[in-house]
Amino acid sequence: MNKLFVGRHWLRGSMAVALLSLLWIAAASAAEVKDIILSTTTSTVDSGLLDELVPIFEKQTGYRVKTIAVGTGQALAMGEKGEADVLLVHAPAAEKKLVDVGIGINYRLVMHNDFILAGPSKDPAGLKGKSAVEALKAIAATQSVFISRGDDSGTHKKELSLWKEAGIDPKGKPWYQESGQGMGATLSMASQKGAYTLTDRGTYLSQKAHLELAILCEGDKPLLNIYHVMQVNPEKFSKVNASGAKAFVDFMIAPETQKRIGEFGKDKYGAPLFFPDAATESGKP
Amino acid sequence: MNVIWEGLLAAVRMLISLDPEVLEITWRTIQVSVTATIISIAIGIPIGTVLALTRFPSRGFWVSLVNFGMGLPPVVVGLVTWLMLARYGPLGMLGLLYTPTAIVVAQSIIASPIVAGFSMAAIQSVNPKLLLQIRSMGATRFQFLLLLLWEARLGILSAVIAGFGGVISEVGASMMVGGNIRGYTRVLTTATVLEVSKGNLELATALSIILLALTFVIVSLLSLWQQRKSAP
Repeated sequence: MNKLFVGRHWLRGSMAVALLSLLWIAAASAAEVKDIILSTTTSTVDSGLLDELVPIFEKQTGYRVKTIAVGTGQALAMGEKGEADVLLVHAPAAEKKLVDVGIGINYRLVMHNDFILAGPSKDPAGLKGKSAVEALKAIAATQSVFISRGDDSGTHKKELSLWKEAGIDPKGKPWYQESGQGMGATLSMASQKGAYTLTDRGTYLSQKAHLELAILCEGDKPLLNIYHVMQVNPEKFSKVNASGAKAFVDFMIAPETQKRIGEFGKDKYGAPLFFPDAATESGKP
Repeated sequence: MNVIWEGLLAAVRMLISLDPEVLEITWRTIQVSVTATIISIAIGIPIGTVLALTRFPSRGFWVSLVNFGMGLPPVVVGLVTWLMLARYGPLGMLGLLYTPTAIVVAQSIIASPIVAGFSMAAIQSVNPKLLLQIRSMGATRFQFLLLLLWEARLGILSAVIAGFGGVISEVGASMMVGGNIRGYTRVLTTATVLEVSKGNLELATALSIILLALTFVIVSLLSLWQQRKSAP
């Protein structure tokens, strides 16, 4: 075996590997300017809405959207650290804090749907016909199993505020279980266990076919589920892609997109999953 | 049972119809896992060799560290990689978070100790008399290393197979640092998690079957090669 030859061979091999990795890294960083990190809730992804809207946005503007689907709590935390460019979230009280400290700008109402209490159709706790707060009281009184998201998502935040209103602290109770997962996974768990859960209507409708859960409580005012979009302030975080984020906000509230949101899911589920709201807000800064 | 059967049918259907999204996810999975395995070979085998052949005071500590690293929880690696690569993290200027490269980085960290640990064991189990013989025949240091690696080839290929198995099955770190972005960083494992959370159990089963088939094909190729080389 020729020592010199083998030596060169190895050297060439490792140099090629190094060069390739550098090229890859360079390609990735060159593409970065056109990338937008959209931090959003699992419901907009699990329901399929963003799969429909994002490709249209990318085609119109040439940006590439990196959709990171997490709970609203984590999405807001990413915005707070400047790790995301634009947020699409649904926990108005928590969002307001971000807007107040000047991190969230260009804060716009996008759409709403509503939360529902779902559970086994036999409804052992007798939720039917009750208000949301009364329904939770009935669940606690009968000690029926309730599955909570437990992940600081918008849905979880809403659920906690409803428990608070009912004057019940469910934490640690044996019938109160936290899944720590997204809406889809939590619905599957509730369905498998014959348990109650709070869900947004969009995710419920999009997965209804797989679930043995019925809508037991709906239409109550505290169950409104409101989605806002906002940019992360580039004055606070220089690495934020401001123009891309602004383009995304503009896109989400554009009349054409709003129309699409209102149509989304109608053909498949017989009812829209989201109701567009941007038009009702015109004039608001 | 029904779901598994439906999933099997769906997997076959997707493979026959060459569903573009599934093909794309599968191809990315291969690219990412193979790249990470190659990098972990480049890091792991030299470390394993050095630890197997040399004796120095803190060696015991480094051996323990490698063995500990073989069981590194992927989510911890994912979290640390995320913190490092985040925009405002120490390596934020590279802009690597939520790219396939970020997944490769995390998976290389997971697989390198596995490759290092297995290759260390493989080299240490080479008959020491043989090493003496090679030396006595006047081999240069480089020739000695090559012959040594050749003698340990069975174990070293096992190291590569184990490293590859570690990365292709990994989901926590890929999810965190890759973000499971459709058409960009979605790999078979993260796509499966997403489909489960969407309640599409058939599709999730189909993706799992594709992942299993893919792993089986690559590991079989490596095994065949390993066994062929070992024939007298």
